[in-house]
Amino acid sequence: MDRPIRVLVAKPGLDGHDRGAKVIARALRDAGMEVIYTGLRQTPEQIVQAAIQEDVDVVAMSILSGAHNHLFPKVVNLLREEGVDDVLVIGGGVIPEDDIPKLKEAGIEEIFTPGTSTKDVVEYIKRNVKR
Amino acid sequence: MFDKNKLEEIRLEKQNWTKNNVEKTISRFPERKESFKTGSNLEVKRLYTPDDIEDLDYNEKLGFPGQYPFTRGVQPTMYRGRLWTMRQYAGFATAEESNKRYKYLLEQGQTGLSVAFDLPTQIGYDSDHPLSEGEVGKVGVAIDSLKDMEILFDGIPLDKVSTSMTINAPASVLLAMYIAVAEKQGVPKGSLRGTIQNDILKEYIARGTYIFPPKASMRLITNIFEYCSKEVPKWNTISISGYHIREAGATAVQEVAFTLADGIAYVEAAIEAGLDVDDFAPRLSFFFNAHNDLLEEVAKFRAARRLWARIMKERFHAKSEKSMMLKFHTQTAGSTLTAQQPDNNIVRVTIQTLAAVLGGTQSLHTNSRDEALALPTEESVRIALRTQQIVAYESGVTETIDPLAGSYYIESLTNKIEEEAMNYIKKIDELGGAIKAIESGYIQKEIQDAAYNYQMEIESGKRIVVGVNKFQIEEEGHKDILRVDPEVERLQREKLKALKEERDNRLVEDVLMKLKEKANTSENLMPYILDAVKAYATLGEICGVLREVFGEYEQSIIL
Repeated sequence: MDRPIRVLVAKPGLDGHDRGAKVIARALRDAGMEVIYTGLRQTPEQIVQAAIQEDVDVVAMSILSGAHNHLFPKVVNLLREEGVDDVLVIGGGVIPEDDIPKLKEAGIEEIFTPGTSTKDVVEYIKRNVKR
Repeated sequence: MFDKNKLEEIRLEKQNWTKNNVEKTISRFPERKESFKTGSNLEVKRLYTPDDIEDLDYNEKLGFPGQYPFTRGVQPTMYRGRLWTMRQYAGFATAEESNKRYKYLLEQGQTGLSVAFDLPTQIGYDSDHPLSEGEVGKVGVAIDSLKDMEILFDGIPLDKVSTSMTINAPASVLLAMYIAVAEKQGVPKGSLRGTIQNDILKEYIARGTYIFPPKASMRLITNIFEYCSKEVPKWNTISISGYHIREAGATAVQEVAFTLADGIAYVEAAIEAGLDVDDFAPRLSFFFNAHNDLLEEVAKFRAARRLWARIMKERFHAKSEKSMMLKFHTQTAGSTLTAQQPDNNIVRVTIQTLAAVLGGTQSLHTNSRDEALALPTEESVRIALRTQQIVAYESGVTETIDPLAGSYYIESLTNKIEEEAMNYIKKIDELGGAIKAIESGYIQKEIQDAAYNYQMEIESGKRIVVGVNKFQIEEEGHKDILRVDPEVERLQREKLKALKEERDNRLVEDVLMKLKEKANTSENLMPYILDAVKAYATLGEICGVLREVFGEYEQSIIL
């Protein structure tokens, strides 16, 4: 690869729990990736805008408030509407197992739940990034 | 506290013991680790003796329960008089659903209510705001207007229960709604008991439900202090919270330091607003976390009490002892709960409960075993409450006050935490106080570093989390979890629409205009917020008016 993997770490919705997002952001950076963190309270539109402007390879979203079923697919749909199809979209947070198949069907390619090692996330991104 | 000659003897004996016993043993059986640390990475020695607390002056540093410096507790009889308040934080979906859960908890022997609001409510948006999409009723109950609040407390006598409300940026609005509901029940506001969290600084630091910039937020907070000291004198006007700071990854020392630094900022703001310290300080309360390192946590609570008493006396020259008492609520540590083998969390919560009780808490929420998976089920909440009841009625730790006092380790650790927290507070003073230290991102960065360090320790295996990085098993999916019906959002929007058709909209316009006008002056806003609430202006409308005048806070992002 000729340039480092670029990742947008995003907090969609009103949830303020950003410990996980910040730990992940730092771990990805320590693994050599370029990381942009959106900060709190991003609408799906803002996240997609940022992803396009920053020309990222990965959008990694974190939600602990239970709004994932609504907000994660919205981001994927908006990306598609913008004609973006080579960005890897992943999510994490307190996400019940039953929700995962539907989220994957909606185009979120992997969901990481509590207890995940940052190494696993790094490995996953390296293996699955699309460009 | 110890005779000098005796101390010398102890030192000599300790040297002999180290040489003759310990070194011999270690040469054959090395210790498990090179160095031992507390859960927050403070060095732990092999053994503590009187030598480690040789300068401890009993009367000055420990004293007696209910007396300065309150190290041993804030009441003279502690749990021999009355047990702590068992207060489970609860609320989800609609006011109707939450009202049912409260009645259930009260029937189960819970002694106080603790209201969880959904995120739109906490950030001052109505359920029909675009940013509320997907969030209505999720992490707590949705409250749009006084109407919802009337349903929430329907059939719950507000003169009999004490209610804690986790609400910060719009605390004045929710408090006004509570007062209005009480009036409708015929309960005068002077007799209301409870707490609003009302701690905006930790929202900027760690929790994220801020609305307005610091200056306007501090004004709203001091408005509440002033109003309540006259009108709602039994109400705890703020719960200065280390809980979320710790959840964000802070160490025990940082939890104490940053919480008390926030406390200092509130006291300074109130004094600057012209209030007398002894008029408002007795109604300040605190909120801490209880983690797994039992002894470190006990020392933490004791250190916090002693340090706050000193700050109030020496720095702010409080005269009333009540102003120097650090009273606190505790919640067990959500961040220590694992999604793996969730029943193990019951054991973690038990240890944390013991820490809170041995540390002298005034009230306690115990987390449910399934919180790393979803919202807790009724059964899980009952086990969590039973955990408190078992510690209260069966463990025996409640029968004497501050039972761990005098332990060489506990006293030494209490000193250490106090000292290190004081160093942080000095540093924050140098930076210009808590608000400046937040705006520059200093406090957030310190916490993030600790959080990252903690995660790396787990990943390297240096720190063991049972079921996560050791003793794992293959697990089936966890199916029995509570879900909030997405219908709630639609229902809540319908209720809101109906309200806006029913109410006197001319009156609503008038009260909102008045509020806006007064927000531009330096007058206390509480009476105008109360008028707005009583006219059934919505939370979103009231906060909207204040947003127009005050603007919104911009987060400083530092990675």
